[in-house]
Amino acid sequence: MKGVFSRLLMALLFKKKRVKIGIYGPPNAGKTTLANRIVHTFVDEEDDVGVSTEVPHETRRVVKREGVNIDLTKNLSQDNPVSNPKTKRSKAKLALDVVDTPGLATKIDFRDFMAYGMDEEVAKRRAKEATEGVIEAIKWLDDIDGVLLLMDSTEDPYTQTNIVIIGNMEARGIPVIIAANKVDLPDSAPQRIKNAFPQHHVVPISALKGDNIEALYGEMAKVFR
Amino acid sequence: MQIEMRLISKDKMESMSPTEKLRFVLDGVKSGNIVVLEGGLTSEEQMKLIELTMIEVSEDFPGIEMSGYPSKSGFLHMRKKTRLTVVGPAKTMKTIKKEKDLISAIISST
Ligand SMILES: Nc1nc2c(ncn2[C@@H]2O[C@H](COP(=O)(O)OP(=O)(O)O)[C@@H](O)[C@H]2O)c(=O)[nH]1
Ligand SMILES: [Mg+2]
Repeated sequence: MKGVFSRLLMALLFKKKRVKIGIYGPPNAGKTTLANRIVHTFVDEEDDVGVSTEVPHETRRVVKREGVNIDLTKNLSQDNPVSNPKTKRSKAKLALDVVDTPGLATKIDFRDFMAYGMDEEVAKRRAKEATEGVIEAIKWLDDIDGVLLLMDSTEDPYTQTNIVIIGNMEARGIPVIIAANKVDLPDSAPQRIKNAFPQHHVVPISALKGDNIEALYGEMAKVFR
Repeated sequence: MQIEMRLISKDKMESMSPTEKLRFVLDGVKSGNIVVLEGGLTSEEQMKLIELTMIEVSEDFPGIEMSGYPSKSGFLHMRKKTRLTVVGPAKTMKTIKKEKDLISAIISST
């Protein structure tokens, strides 16, 4: 008796539970650009998750945006209408918390920031914050339900940090979608990413221009529910 | 410039606790050595090593380079072990390039 009741209660309580999706990847893969696009499309056009620049480690704290409702039955925007009729059926909705993370790296050298015109003191502070950001991003892995792993498709995908993230998620049984970003660039090679990680879902996108972004949302709604 | 390469046996690795293992690897790398581990580190250990590295990054120690050969995944590829892991100091080791059956460490004295 009690069992049935509590199970019903649990079902009610947890039915609407949102999934927490971490956007991970190396510095400059386009994580913040994608987080901003998701929030602009589904929450508020004016609301930025963070700043995206060509300077690596611009994002040095984890930023969470709660309660993003991806609804693929609605037209997303003028330039990205939902074109695939298949996504319009049942698996078209997903409630999530989006977590934008600092880029994962195995080394951070303050001298690299000075190449972007920062003076030594600023560069050193930034390097320190960047190392703390990486640690925070790693700690957050314990607290998420799915990973959107972003890679720059103009670069070699077979890096140790990419391999380590994927290995950790596999060991924990947490679903991963790989987004092969920057396909708008002429030297992008998303196929290289598919070849490197054949056992995973790889969706080629441009977070900046919006190319194929609805396919990513469709995949998210399928894999992360 | 002199660079020492340490090849650590699987027995030695297995004799250490998880924290001892990471400490041992990072201390070796921080003193400028390239450390090659027979049997390798798991993905989880490698993630912990990255975390530990970030705690200890300084002006003189900007971090590590790391690569490895994963084991052939079994049908239950939980806890995937690697067969070999190479870790070196990022300061002198500019890149570790990896192909299917070849890991090359490029060391630069500049
Ligand atoms: N061409 C192109 N540039 C992109 C794309 N996504 C991001 N970028 C650029 O890449 C740089 C890094 O982006 P950012 O979102 O800050 O990367 P993060 O470090 O992963 O958060 C910025 O200059 C972005 O404008 C894309 O799809 N195409
Ligand atoms: Mg960012």
